[in-house]
Amino acid sequence: MYGNAYIDPNEKPLSILDGEDPIKLAEFEARIDRGEKIEPKDWMPKEYRKQLIRMIEQHAHSEIIGALPEGTWITRAPGFKRKLALMAKVQDEVGHAQLLYSAAETLGKSREAMINDLITGKSKYSNVFNYPALTWADSCIIAWLIDAGAIINQVANSKGSYGPYGRALERICVEESFHLKYGHHNVVTLATGTPFQRQMVQEALTRWWPPIMHFFGPSDKISNHTTILMRWKVKMASNDDMRQQFLNMYVPKIWDLGLVVPDVNLKLNEATGLWDYTEPDWDEFKRVINGGGPCNAERLAVRRNAEEKGRWVRKALLQKDSSYVTPLA
Amino acid sequence: MIKSLDPRITREQIELNNPINPLADMDQWETYEVFHQKKRGDQHEHVGIVHAPNLEMALLFSKEQFGRRGISVNIWVVKTSNVFASDYDDADIFETVPDKQYREAGGYKVMEMINKYKKENKKII
Ligand SMILES: [Fe+2]
Ligand SMILES: [Fe+2]
Repeated sequence: MYGNAYIDPNEKPLSILDGEDPIKLAEFEARIDRGEKIEPKDWMPKEYRKQLIRMIEQHAHSEIIGALPEGTWITRAPGFKRKLALMAKVQDEVGHAQLLYSAAETLGKSREAMINDLITGKSKYSNVFNYPALTWADSCIIAWLIDAGAIINQVANSKGSYGPYGRALERICVEESFHLKYGHHNVVTLATGTPFQRQMVQEALTRWWPPIMHFFGPSDKISNHTTILMRWKVKMASNDDMRQQFLNMYVPKIWDLGLVVPDVNLKLNEATGLWDYTEPDWDEFKRVINGGGPCNAERLAVRRNAEEKGRWVRKALLQKDSSYVTPLA
Repeated sequence: MIKSLDPRITREQIELNNPINPLADMDQWETYEVFHQKKRGDQHEHVGIVHAPNLEMALLFSKEQFGRRGISVNIWVVKTSNVFASDYDDADIFETVPDKQYREAGGYKVMEMINKYKKENKKII
């Protein structure tokens, strides 16, 4: 699972192409225009490298932190089959983090540096994981709808121009389809169950709707920067387009179950073919992504604890003569 | 603030501002390239990398990462540092002659010649 890479709006605008070799830049752009992929050892503009590291790294962090809210339900999953499935899903998410860290490493940032930036709070991860999964039904809504959002994002990004990221995402998308089906099965089970189960899943949906609407991020500002990132096939779809695609695919499925989406303005606008909705509370989004959410502190504390506790094992296994080499592809 | 639901917070009572020393270099070990064979008779295929402290652990992690679903019969792991690779900048080494039809089965068509020969020699055959 994942949310779109968060670009801090207060970051100084970059003079993106400053100092780039115009001939190399032209060759690079021509390669992308031909639909060819960029591989790790290829020449690339500094800004391309920087944005991809940020994006892939945030994605990796999202997978690893995303395992926490669902992971808390493994011990309390209702029945052995659900427990097995949830363990498999959580293991997949951690595996996704591994694949993505590897892809980011090919761009020259070490895994240690990325993890350090996560546990000190320097790097972002998907905002939705700063909210708690209060009941079993919350974990089901996450598995269905957050993973659904992630799939839309990941399918788009898998067609991007950077080879290692695309390959990792293709592998990830196959596994996400299990997460989506598993989540849907869980939600349908609750929604077609006892009145108490229905109430549980409705309450979970109500709690998760605002984070779901935040998931794809605020509307993109149309700037030179976004235009170049789209031309370089780093950013593959606008946040609003992905949000629309999500609403189009999943709102009817939610309504099918007789569940209520907590937004009175939500409807398909026949004239535009787009969904109307109440503008999400972006101040809340900013407050949470900058550390003010209900679970930000504990997510990082748990991650730091895991790093600290595992450290002696990793140190004991480390061989004296080993040295790091960047992955090839 | 909601009381945490995370058993690690509640049982282990982790402090929310627990300090940590940053990860040292090589904390995450070195990299191994992984080759996966789905079934007997298939080629081993490069599927990605793992970080591991030695070959045995690399194999174990590869099994978890690349062989945990579907079918698998075999995995190879190779230290990334032991792979000698060509350079994309030298891709011109693959350029020999523009037309390589002479190396392909499709470069050898005979029916036209045979038909022409048959037509011209109808009476004889
Ligand atoms: Fe997932
Ligand atoms: Fe995932």
